[in-house]
Amino acid sequence: MSEHVVPVRTYYVIWAVLMVFTAVTAGLSFYDLGRLSIVVALLIAGFKAGLVGLYFMHIKYSDPVNRVAAIAGVVFVAILLALTSADFFTRMWFFRAP
Amino acid sequence: MDVNQAAAPAKRLSFQFADLEQQRQSATLGMWVFLVTEILFFGGLFAGYMVYRGLYPQAWAEASRALLFKYGTINTGVLICSSLTMALAVHAAQVGRHKRIALFLLLTIALGTVFLGIKAVEYTDEYHEHHIPQLDFRFEGADPVHSQIFFGFYFVMTGIHALHLTIGLAIAAVLAWLAWKGHYTPEYYNPIENFGLYWHFIDVIWIFLYPLLYLVAHRGYAG
Repeated sequence: MSEHVVPVRTYYVIWAVLMVFTAVTAGLSFYDLGRLSIVVALLIAGFKAGLVGLYFMHIKYSDPVNRVAAIAGVVFVAILLALTSADFFTRMWFFRAP
Repeated sequence: MDVNQAAAPAKRLSFQFADLEQQRQSATLGMWVFLVTEILFFGGLFAGYMVYRGLYPQAWAEASRALLFKYGTINTGVLICSSLTMALAVHAAQVGRHKRIALFLLLTIALGTVFLGIKAVEYTDEYHEHHIPQLDFRFEGADPVHSQIFFGFYFVMTGIHALHLTIGLAIAAVLAWLAWKGHYTPEYYNPIENFGLYWHFIDVIWIFLYPLLYLVAHRGYAG
């Protein structure tokens, strides 16, 4: 009734995409991408997490207030990571530590 | 249509809500707020991970290469499959097929158990390899002291993740039982919907743990 009913086919498609990207990220780990490797791995993880959130967790169809909560979680973790990096990774002594 | 389904709407409405729709919205928002606290709880671990990986990239790459890459990859697939069965359980609740809810929850439990089993095999291997920090830890690398920090993060992050999953299995078992008895209807299935959110959250955490723990170093050699 109230809740949007997602067609079952959508779930299977999302599942297939998630499996493919798991294989892709696992396969890419056999290649030396240098510094890019962590970036690519996290982009793929972020994409997969986005699909799970949007379709499996119904964020796409959800009340806006739930969306605000979900986005707040991501934003606050981003702040946590950004300020932690700003502190540690701008100190030269940190990298000279034995 | 069974008896419960007809009698459900009035009985399921708690007195503080105007109607079932408002009750459903409140329950879902409450679950999301809980999940935000969970995201930040894991966020602290991710922040610590980031700092130490930045400090000792080589020691961490060596340590990561010692993990059982195949098992970790298979487990990622297993958990994604369990998310699919969970989504199908919620769908069954929406269309009012209560036995299917129970069956898909049982499938989810089965896949979750497979995940824990594979994790147990990994932990056993790491125990035999002396890779558990503070417990006769030994590591054949250039910088064992700092590789040990990686294993510390590995065990705490996967351990807390596995704890969440274990709690999820217990809840799923109860919900499967109630669903089988026809407790949930298209008008009222908040527990199924919210448990689904919890289960998918566990999946999302693993989706990040997998590359961060297993894919630190490339496997062009020594794979």
